[in-house]
Parts: sequence; C-alpha cells; structure tokens
Amino acid sequence: MQRVVVVGAGMGGLRAAEAVRKAGYSDELVLAGAETHMPYNRPPLSKEVLATEVEHEKVAFPLRAVLGDVQWRLGAAASGLDLGAASVTLADGGQLDYDGLVIATGLRPRRLDLSGPPPTPQAGRHAVRTLDDAAALRKDLQPGARVVVLGAGFIGCEVAATARLLGCDVVCVAIDPYPMVRPLGRVLGAEMQRRHEAKGVQFRLGTGIVAFHGDDHVTGVELSEGTVVPADVVVEAISSHCNTEWLAGSGIDISDGVLCDNTLRAVRGDGGPVEGVHVVGDLARFPNPLFDDVPRRVEHWNIPTETGKRVGPALAGYLRGEGYDAAVDTPFAPLPAFWSDQYDIRLQSYGALGLADEDGIEILEGDITDEVVVGYRRGDVLVGVAGLGMLPRVNSYRAVIGHSWPET
Amino acid sequence: MKVVVDMDKCQDHGQCAFAAPEVFLIDPGTSKLVVLQDEPDEAFRDQVEEAADVCPVQAITIED
Repeated sequence: MQRVVVVGAGMGGLRAAEAVRKAGYSDELVLAGAETHMPYNRPPLSKEVLATEVEHEKVAFPLRAVLGDVQWRLGAAASGLDLGAASVTLADGGQLDYDGLVIATGLRPRRLDLSGPPPTPQAGRHAVRTLDDAAALRKDLQPGARVVVLGAGFIGCEVAATARLLGCDVVCVAIDPYPMVRPLGRVLGAEMQRRHEAKGVQFRLGTGIVAFHGDDHVTGVELSEGTVVPADVVVEAISSHCNTEWLAGSGIDISDGVLCDNTLRAVRGDGGPVEGVHVVGDLARFPNPLFDDVPRRVEHWNIPTETGKRVGPALAGYLRGEGYDAAVDTPFAPLPAFWSDQYDIRLQSYGALGLADEDGIEILEGDITDEVVVGYRRGDVLVGVAGLGMLPRVNSYRAVIGHSWPET
Repeated sequence: MKVVVDMDKCQDHGQCAFAAPEVFLIDPGTSKLVVLQDEPDEAFRDQVEEAADVCPVQAITIED
C-alpha cells in the first residue's frame, strides 16, 4: 500500500489530489491543511465575502466523487520535512510517511512589523487571506468607518472598492507610483487610479509607512512623508510570504517559493530534482516554455489548477514505477490568467505582463477611458494582454500570447 | 452526466467556453453564457470537468 500526502488544503492541493486519483492512483491519499475549512475559492474574500455574510458552503469547492476516500487532516499545519526518511512532521506532533508528496502550502500576507517602543496597536488591523480573515474584516467595514488600505495591488484595490461600496471613507497608501503598477504597468495603473478616485478613494502614493498610532486599537497610520492618516480600520495588503518554513533544512531550494523543474518536481539546492516530491500553486517556481527557461512563481488564480493537473499524472506514473519520461516529453506551458472585479469594472488578463519591456505597453483596441485592450510586448513577442471590459476581445488574444506582436 | 450552471453565480467570464466549446458558448451578441447541451455525452466529461475547474466563480457542477 502506497501513500500520497498533500500538504496544503487550498485549491492547488485539492486539484493535485483530484488529478492523481484521476490518473489511476488508488492507494492511500492524505490531504493535510493548516486551516480548519475544507478547500474554498479565495477570490470572493476581497469582494462578496466582505460585502455580505457568506458562509463557507457558498465558496467551498464542490467535492468530486473521486476524492470520496481521502483522509482529511484539517487544522494540521506541517512543521518539517525529512526527504531521507520520506516523512512530513505536523505541528501537532503527528508524522506522515509518504511515497509521493505534494507541496501546496501557498502564501500568507506579509504583516507590517514596525518595531516599537511603544508597542504597536493590534485591534482594527486586518489582512485578507482566509475566510476567517474576511469575516473579521467585514464586521469592521461599517458605513462611515475610516479605512486605510496599505498596498495598492489587486487585493488592496479590491478591498478599497468594496469598502467604498459599503460607505466607508477609504485612503489607499502605497510605495508604488500608481495602483497595480507592478502587474499592469503605468497606462492601466493610472487609469484605474482615476476610476477609484472618481468613486471617492483617496490615494497616498510613493510613500512608506513608519508607524501605527493608537494604544490597543489603531487610530492612524504615520507615513514616511510625516503626515498621519486617521484610521478606524487598517487593511495590510502589502505583499506575501511563502509558507515554506516547514521545508527549511530539507535540502530543497526555498530561496523564493519552491524551485521546480518543468515536471514540477521540487529541486534541491544542488540542482537535482527530488523524485516523488512535487509542488503546486503559488509556491511553484517553474520554467514556462511559453515565455523562456527562467523559473518564476505565478500568483494567479488559474495556476493552482494548472499545476495540480500537471502533477497528478506525473506523480501517479512515478508511483507505478514508470519514471518521468512521459511527463518530461510533454512540456508544461500554462497560460497565466487572472481577473479582478472593482466596482463594475471587469479587468481580465492573460500572459506574463511583468515580462514586458519598459516601452512595450501599448493600447491594442478601444479607449483607455472606456473599454480597452492593452498589449504587453517583449522584443517582438506579445507576452500578455489586459483589458478593461471588452472581454470577448481580450479573450481573442489567448492563442497568440507567446507569439509575434500582432500587426494593428 | 448533467451539467448545472448556477446562474446566480455566473458572471459570464467565458472560461468554460474555451474548455468545452461544444457545451458552453458566450453569445457573441449578448456576451452572455449559453449552455448548448445540458446532458452532454460521456465523451465530453474531461472537457466539462475542465470547464467546471476553470470557472472563476465556481458556478458549474456536474451531476451523475
């Protein structure tokens, strides 16, 4: 009897478990996760779940029959990995020996550590990663509440939009010159700033944060430029940490997420892949031949599913003793995809926008102040598109990403 | 196999139409989702499962 252990019970862990079963693996399958909830969909957490009371069952992933005999170990974070012994240690003291392992522990929000004295207030400060996080923030988003959002990435901007719709006063603070500038670039970032401001969000951009004010409850945020922005609620959406502490000392390269080869096998610090140990989701730093051979992490919603489906057949084949030749012969080249809903704006993107040349961002179709499709070029290659509205047009570029820049 | 789309959840992202074009269509005129086959043949199972997986709002379920 063999055993596959999936560590991390989010979308990536779920999809990997489904895929390994679908690929014919029928022995023991254990899914261990730090959260107590069964796997659920996270995008609603910064939108619907903040706006109205949404129960777990509304966001839970439907459980396929193929996972009927999975052993769930929820509320059980992993604390260590011993590759030699092929064994995972859980924080509750449990031990899980494995024949195949899937690393799916994902990310957590980076919290600001502004050292005292005086000690920093805790009450009124939030982050949004889990269902419980979102439920706690929802209680504080009362009409008229002064909400300061730290960070102007997608989560920060979605929370800002939702808080405005709920009648809060919203100030968004970020070190970046425009909201969402790192993923989207200046053209769309500036336009999204204009649209947020039209809805009443104020921005304090190009500034850091030096202190929280308040005793037990936060009352304000002091900016590096010296001003204090009053706050009843602070949402920290700065960036993320990789949940890889449990892999420290295992020999796996965890310098940024978990380094993988194109079959998503974890790679050791010495460069060798670890057979039977795979990585999915936000943590997986893998080369994508759609673009080049540089391993990168991709924090987009479709990647846990794509990587999970890649791992399933590869791991099942390995456990049958077939090795990895079949997987290696089938290159893994997923098209990154994400969307964001802010007010009534649907932002949809495909590709790797961050790879664009500095002067490689151009409007392909439409009008930036209305509906628009923006292209992202590296050399003469279209590496991505992003659109505000115009969804059928945005979708029409899917097949040409990674190919020559379209003639217009 | 029966395909059920929760139309309260559906926001016409259209990812399903790429995964299973014989089963789901985004109407070019209205940009709204049209389910072409409620009870597709077993041969479409992989495609329909893929469509359910890639639906951003998880509005698609498969009933056997």
